[in-house]
Amino acid sequence: MISWRAIAAATLLAAAAPVLLAGEIPPDARRSGYAFMGADTRAMQDDDTSNPGMLFVLDGEALWAKKIGSADKACADCHGDAQSSMKGVAARYPAFDKALGRPVTLDQRIILCRANHQQATPLPYESRDLLALSAFIAHQSRGTPITAGDDPQAKPFVEQGRVLYMQRAGQLNLACTNCHDDNFDKRLAGAPITQAQPTGYPLYRLEWQTLGSLERRLRSCMSGVRAQAYDYGSPELVALELYLMSRAHGLPMETPAVRP
Amino acid sequence: MAALINVPSKAKRGDIIEIRTLTSHIMETGFRHTADGKLVPRNIITSFICRYNGAEVFRADLFPAIAANPYLSFFTVAKESGKFEFEWIGDNGYSSTASASITVE
Repeated sequence: MISWRAIAAATLLAAAAPVLLAGEIPPDARRSGYAFMGADTRAMQDDDTSNPGMLFVLDGEALWAKKIGSADKACADCHGDAQSSMKGVAARYPAFDKALGRPVTLDQRIILCRANHQQATPLPYESRDLLALSAFIAHQSRGTPITAGDDPQAKPFVEQGRVLYMQRAGQLNLACTNCHDDNFDKRLAGAPITQAQPTGYPLYRLEWQTLGSLERRLRSCMSGVRAQAYDYGSPELVALELYLMSRAHGLPMETPAVRP
Repeated sequence: MAALINVPSKAKRGDIIEIRTLTSHIMETGFRHTADGKLVPRNIITSFICRYNGAEVFRADLFPAIAANPYLSFFTVAKESGKFEFEWIGDNGYSSTASASITVE
């Protein structure tokens, strides 16, 4: 009797678990890029006075309170204290925007907010101020489990991102999945191949010597496989970003992370 | 510019304490070119000074090979309560300061 119950329970569990496609990483085997780094780089990320990303968080904190644009409003005038109002927000991004009918990234949300509510000059992608603001906002979610892509309206875009992730591209004819699902823990030109879990963006890359967005990271992977990189803010990059975040579901946010 | 300073807030007299500083700076080497071939002028921090109650306890010269956002850590002996003052000086008249206080028992 007992064994029959066990089998029945096991069948039920199997039915309830999300369907994994070939090559995808099971949820309990997912690891942040942090787990692939050396002890020195981990120590650099862990200590807020040695983490260079914190310099951008400080700049972002100042920008949060600065009145700008023809509306003469600061972010803080509408959103108040970021510590409470922005807690957990970045873990939900890219999020579906009803007015636009498509998902927007955190950077795009800041750009939209500046245009609509502050009537200020737009910040270009990867500009220092935009990165500082998004680092400051995402830092408020440090430790929060990622939930992006849970919104049913975002599902078609998650699926679009998944297709792009699985699609071979470039002269090297590689898809994201060929390295990040099938070959993580191995090395590429001496550097560890990670699982591509975007837990700490915007993050400080020692190679860049500055903070950078997930889009910058995706674009450099694309030029790595000799493909034509999508433009910043393009629907394809947003979809990929959304899929990657949904793939990292439940992993804690680390912003600002440090990576080699 | 933003700076992050780590000085222990309390120490015993005679203790050796570690001071860690991190500051925001692009540290442009002066060896790089733009896409149209123009040389990007050098823009680096050239020196760093730490003063403990006015007396200099540490000084460093920085060069183009040093990474952006330079991080410096060094040791000193806790002698008396007071203030650590930090100063970064660089190209194009760059100057940035920060301070931190310590209580010595």
